[in-house]
Amino acid sequence: MRIDAEAIYKRFGDEFVALDDVTLHVPEGSLTALLGPSGSGKSTLLRIMAGLETPDSGVVRIGGRDFTDARPQERGIGFVFQHYAAFTHMSVYDNVAFGLKIRKRPKAEVRAKVDELLELVGLTQWGGQRPHQLSGGQRQRMALARALAIEPRVLLLDEPFGALDANVRGELRRWLRRLHDEQHVTTVLVTHDQEEAMEVADTVAVMNKARIEQVGSPRDVYDRPATDFVMSFLGPISKVDGKLVRPHDVTIFLAEEPGTIEAMVKRVVHLGFEVRVEVEVPDGSRATAQLTRQRTEELELAAGDIVYIRPPSGSGPDTVRVADSAVGQTRTADPQST
Amino acid sequence: MVVRPFWRYSLRTVALAYLAVLLIGPVVFIFIKTFEHGFETAWSYVTTPAAVSAFWLSVLIAAIAVPLNTIFGVGTAIVLIRSKARGRRLLDALIDIPFVVSPVIAGLALVLVYGINGWFGSWFADHGIQIIYAPAGMIIATVFVSLPFCVREVAPVLMEVGTEQEQAATTLGASSWQTFWRVTLPSIRQGVAYGVVLTTARALGEIGAVAVVSSNVLGSTVSLPLLVKYRTTTPGPGGITAAYATGTELAVMSLIVLLAMTLLSPQRKDAR
Repeated sequence: MRIDAEAIYKRFGDEFVALDDVTLHVPEGSLTALLGPSGSGKSTLLRIMAGLETPDSGVVRIGGRDFTDARPQERGIGFVFQHYAAFTHMSVYDNVAFGLKIRKRPKAEVRAKVDELLELVGLTQWGGQRPHQLSGGQRQRMALARALAIEPRVLLLDEPFGALDANVRGELRRWLRRLHDEQHVTTVLVTHDQEEAMEVADTVAVMNKARIEQVGSPRDVYDRPATDFVMSFLGPISKVDGKLVRPHDVTIFLAEEPGTIEAMVKRVVHLGFEVRVEVEVPDGSRATAQLTRQRTEELELAAGDIVYIRPPSGSGPDTVRVADSAVGQTRTADPQST
Repeated sequence: MVVRPFWRYSLRTVALAYLAVLLIGPVVFIFIKTFEHGFETAWSYVTTPAAVSAFWLSVLIAAIAVPLNTIFGVGTAIVLIRSKARGRRLLDALIDIPFVVSPVIAGLALVLVYGINGWFGSWFADHGIQIIYAPAGMIIATVFVSLPFCVREVAPVLMEVGTEQEQAATTLGASSWQTFWRVTLPSIRQGVAYGVVLTTARALGEIGAVAVVSSNVLGSTVSLPLLVKYRTTTPGPGGITAAYATGTELAVMSLIVLLAMTLLSPQRKDAR
């Protein structure tokens, strides 16, 4: 079901404003990532959707119905916490069965549903174990199965892979994406990892300082960032001629061309397939260009060389349109097609 | 810091000697003294009518004080750790009053409040209820002195467990009551068990506050600790040796509770 958070304002204590008039529309069946640095308000927004926090003002609708003052129990949501929040005194099976037992479903139905979910998350053999006997990745899959057991209308994930190793994280991301493609539950994922957001989500909402800066598809926010912040948060940046650019969009020439700036190569850093070239322009400011290894060898670049650099035309936040923060209006993506 | 072997062994010796002299020695001594004249003699001392009456009075006191303070303790710990209500600090400080006030003073305060001329005493007296110099007063006194144990054991555990499991239960549809029984209580049961052990030990062993509100009549208002004291001051065969037997009886009772609680709440090895 779609989720609409409108004009949400939330303050903690007297000083800290966590959400300042935030509006976000999550279309039905989408996987939306709330991406931002810590303290940007992304977790608070998710917890307000779940009913774990109450907004000072604003409205939360799930499937069009006003749930602003509803308790978490009434919302029919699945919530997954960063640190699993496993019920430590229960077996894996009982963890997954918890929501169904609370709903007093018949035993046979509970068993069938839990067995199905344990199979889905690959924990069939672990049903009798305690959560502490599982690895981190297994525990988080158990938490997902537990959240899915109640057949939630929406699935809310709060930094679900934040506590895991890089390998396991990548594996779980792909697994989550597959799961979403099979189940189509409207999902909101909170993360501070832009790679994770780009890889998993079909829509990314970039947050900074209690506000949403831009909402769009991963390519949108990367290629057409609405603000300097979005540009800098989503990938490496460099400043050329006072303009923010991506280093891989900077071109290097050995002779002067139209629109180029003279620069001296200060350092050439080999990063496997790619090469980072650090240059200094006459006014003393530094810029970075990222080239392929082949291109660098063709140019025979070395520290001390004089080169001519050209920033990309039409790049940088000042030249792009500011995307509407309402996903549904700027983009009516069909999530199944991704 | 590097500690030379000489000092390391010296420190250990001192620590062990300290424990031996102050802790283990007296307990072992009482045990030996109890069975000095054989098991039969010791058994006869703990089965006199006065001793049986004292045993049941102590059991009654513990049976009322322990559940009361456990329920109150868990409830108060939840208020202290989970709620954001005003007055939490004050409550936190009040809980410790029984720890800082001498039990004798506590007993005297009860006499002032519940005695015949006390604030509530006359009302109870009019309704034919005697509190001071009766078992009721001894129970109230015991509840008072053993009140903080459970709170102080449960509160840190509750803090450490955190709120995530409870929040997870809530999102899965559990009511506050269901969350408490199915998630909170099982995760703090170790703290509760230890709180129960300490409360029971104190309830069985309390003498100061209880002595003030007891009429010291054998067979009616003498609990086991009071019987020990009575017997130590009585000359002859029913005296000091009988007191040792009663002391051992008390120790065994506390040990049984400790053992029972240990068996009921197996150690958890995981952190999360």
